[in-house]
Amino acid sequence: MEIYLPIADIPVNLFLLFLMGIAVGFISGMFGIGGGFLMTPLLIFIGISPAVAVASVASHISASSFSGVIAYWRRSAIDLALALMLLCGGIIGTAAGVWLFSFLRSIGQLDITIGLSYVTLLSIVGGMMIAESMRAILRARQGKPAELRRPGSHTWIHGLPFKQSKIYVSAIPVVVIGFLIGFIGAVMGIGGGFLLVPALIYLMRVPTGVVVGTSMFLTLVTMTGATVMHAATNHLVDAVLALTLMVGGVIGAQFGARAGQRIRGEQLRLLLGILVLMVGLRFAYDLILQPDELYSVRHLENGM
Amino acid sequence: MRRLGISLAALLLAFGLNGQARAEHLVVALSTHQVQINSSFVGTDLVLFGAIERDEKTVARSGGYDIVVRVTGPPQTEVTRRKSRVLGIWVNAESRVFLEAPGYLAVLSNRPLNEIAGPEVLRRYRIGLENVTLPQVIAGDIGDVPVNDPFRMAFLRLNRELRLYREAPNAVTFFAPHLLRAAIRIPANVPVGTYIVDVILFSEGVMLGTSNSAIEIQKVGFEQFVASSAHEHGLLYGLATAGLALLTGWIASVVFRRD
Repeated sequence: MEIYLPIADIPVNLFLLFLMGIAVGFISGMFGIGGGFLMTPLLIFIGISPAVAVASVASHISASSFSGVIAYWRRSAIDLALALMLLCGGIIGTAAGVWLFSFLRSIGQLDITIGLSYVTLLSIVGGMMIAESMRAILRARQGKPAELRRPGSHTWIHGLPFKQSKIYVSAIPVVVIGFLIGFIGAVMGIGGGFLLVPALIYLMRVPTGVVVGTSMFLTLVTMTGATVMHAATNHLVDAVLALTLMVGGVIGAQFGARAGQRIRGEQLRLLLGILVLMVGLRFAYDLILQPDELYSVRHLENGM
Repeated sequence: MRRLGISLAALLLAFGLNGQARAEHLVVALSTHQVQINSSFVGTDLVLFGAIERDEKTVARSGGYDIVVRVTGPPQTEVTRRKSRVLGIWVNAESRVFLEAPGYLAVLSNRPLNEIAGPEVLRRYRIGLENVTLPQVIAGDIGDVPVNDPFRMAFLRLNRELRLYREAPNAVTFFAPHLLRAAIRIPANVPVGTYIVDVILFSEGVMLGTSNSAIEIQKVGFEQFVASSAHEHGLLYGLATAGLALLTGWIASVVFRRD
């Protein structure tokens, strides 16, 4: 069943969109990420302009992260103090990202920036995740105990975030991380969960238990903000597209979350790392190989 | 608009007289003058019917008639970019801005254009993709470029691939010596606006007359509502979309609650 998208201005198959929502939702539920880094390229691949894809995916992520946040909230697996600190940076970062997005679009370098950012970010993060999880798996095979967490870090759970050891008491790195995630998210159409989760685990030593919920909370606020800001400044949010994706996404996420619980942590991270790296390499392939068509045409909006 | 079209047609007809007594004129009817884009829009086909009327004093032409139907979409500003390799990666480098380029262009005829009239005639009446005016902004100036300009060629090629530009030498059929039918394919990705339909009558390579009408393509209903609210009330639209997202998320958490 074809449906005409009012902002993207093209007809797409409704079931295809819905299935994409479910598939990405499944992955996002499984790994506890927003899934924007998969959804945006998929939308571009089926012919939606990158600008509309990035802007519309923001609302899709905000839907799936909200259902996630509610679930984690019930289990009180969200560190609110940490999340609010991240948010301070996150909101400013998102606004800056939306501004850069508009600017790059006006000079015609948006697509290349999205492409380059994907390659750089996904290859590095994917590579790091694979390396780390491989080490963890090998350690487990050799029967050595898993690396111990730094003492004191477990108290994050008890909501006393800034009374810990000097290494991570400062609010500055937290705000900076929030800013970067918000900024990258608005420009690339990703929630940033796949960046924030490792950043919190490895840089801030936040226990895995609260990381996903806290990261989802931040994603929820920045992506809801990005939806409103993209709609108000660039008029590119396609509500029909977004709604179809989010309905599929929240359903898929539920099944993904159940599947994720059956897989061990380091194996899950290895799978996610491979997935992230593959998407990154796909973008690299497009950038490095000579394209079949060197020219592109884009409609300029000037109030006509 | 219609009146203007008719007077323009009369003017062109007079121009076409060219000293000789030409007494043919065209009567044209379109299957619809309004195309509505709703949520199930996947493109549409319009049919144009035409009759060539000849007054009794005029003798029949031995060469028969030829018809060119030209459908021109609303003018748009388009930018064409060329990728070049910079530090090993392909990035958009050079670009050209096309001003007032037709958002849709179909040139339909009953046989190949070069058999209908000579290149001079086709160029004069701007018939065919090769002869369409595509003014570019070049170094702050506006002007058309030669037919073999790479950006112009790329622009036409890309639009042809998008099925927005089309040259079909078999889309017009004569089902009686003076009665014709043309099939106009409107793909789903067309811009909205006013489309001008010119029907041009030829015989033995000479332009005899034209007829001019218009089609309106617009979004209606829900599509119209979404598109116009997104553009006119961006903030509200954004808040509504965000609210919808939160609602969807909340419903999902209620439906799938497992405790």
